[in-house]
Amino acid sequence: MSSIGTGYDLSVTTFSPDGRVFQIEYASKAVDNSGTVIGIKCKDGIVMGVEKLIASKMMLPGSNRRILSVHRHSGMAVAGLAADGRQIVARAKSEATSYQSVYGEPIPVKELAERVASYVHLCTLYWWLRPFGCGVILGGYDRDGPQLYMVEPSGISYRYFGAAVGKGKQAAKTEIEKLKLSEMTCREGVIEVAKM
Amino acid sequence: MNFTASKQPENCLLGPESDSQRTLYPYVTGTSVVALKYKDGILMAADMGGSYGSTLRYKSVERMKPIGKHSLLGASGEISDFQEILKYLDELILYDNMWDDGNSLGPKEVHNYLTRVMYNRRNKFNPLWNSLVLGGVKKGEKYLGTVSMIGVNFEDNHVATGFGNHLARPILRQEWHENLSFEDGVKLLEKCMRVLLYRDRSAINKLQIAKITEEGMTISPPYSLKTYWEFSAFENPTQGAVGSW
Repeated sequence: MSSIGTGYDLSVTTFSPDGRVFQIEYASKAVDNSGTVIGIKCKDGIVMGVEKLIASKMMLPGSNRRILSVHRHSGMAVAGLAADGRQIVARAKSEATSYQSVYGEPIPVKELAERVASYVHLCTLYWWLRPFGCGVILGGYDRDGPQLYMVEPSGISYRYFGAAVGKGKQAAKTEIEKLKLSEMTCREGVIEVAKM
Repeated sequence: MNFTASKQPENCLLGPESDSQRTLYPYVTGTSVVALKYKDGILMAADMGGSYGSTLRYKSVERMKPIGKHSLLGASGEISDFQEILKYLDELILYDNMWDDGNSLGPKEVHNYLTRVMYNRRNKFNPLWNSLVLGGVKKGEKYLGTVSMIGVNFEDNHVATGFGNHLARPILRQEWHENLSFEDGVKLLEKCMRVLLYRDRSAINKLQIAKITEEGMTISPPYSLKTYWEFSAFENPTQGAVGSW
């Protein structure tokens, strides 16, 4: 499965002959090797769960926070390189507060997802920037109800009712598909996510 | 072409006037705010008037607002600047909440932040035209402070803005004591507000009293004070006066 893109993988501004940008694919590999992150959309909200990998026994529990809030109505769970994730969350916070400042209402989740995706994509367009090595699951609640989006290192963002990234994403996705999400409340959702 | 040529003196340190948008005078203003510390926390009173010069244009302006979990902000002066300050503080509190670390900004911290904002604006000759009163309780400690539009700040057991400094604070200096009960505190504030209502021409008889304690903040619905106009000295005021008025 690992294809060696000899010569075509040195820069994110180079396409391979078969139309792939290898650097972005390598960035996705960084995400695939990290701890699992799951998000599900329940009837009345979003539930996100993160697999907490303990890097060292001396680490205090409660540090290494990977689910962060973006505004009063939305939050993000980060998989992949944690430092890259921090940058994306900071950008999302800034977009959310500036939207609120200009338009007087909390940023619609769709708009926020688009802005975050644009930002991630931006870093795949220049040779002097490297793509973000993290996948982000963005959940929020606005006038259209709860919404869940996932943004990949390539800058793609889709809307999901259940999403998973990281090491155990295949197994997690199978589990999520078994759940009846449209009838579940957040309280029940939390239990299901914890089980996974 | 600039017909209204406003000339600055040659040795003026101010920047070019054409591109400055400094606040020169306030438009819609609120009058005094009075506040005191009592047994369980802070009590603050302000009327609900917004004057447009000498006209009492807006009569339902809420000039006291809660800030986060622990503080209460009352403002006199330009109402639009107060709304701007509330927007800054909203962002401040939001960022504080998003850390989600069990910590929250208390009244002392908010007061310090406001002082910095007001002083820095003043230094740019573009002040936020307000006198602010910031009170709150955090971890059992009561705090009551004030910041003016030029950045003067201090804390005390009782504070007031505007006319309140001249009419209410003397009363408070006489009658305030530690550990006032809630009822005594309200009575004392109402006494101050009544004097302000009689003597401040921009005061209206529709006020709110806000209370902040460790448990939280409550603000009373608007009500009016009982006033008495039958004092004998004011009956027949023209008697003995020479002339028609």
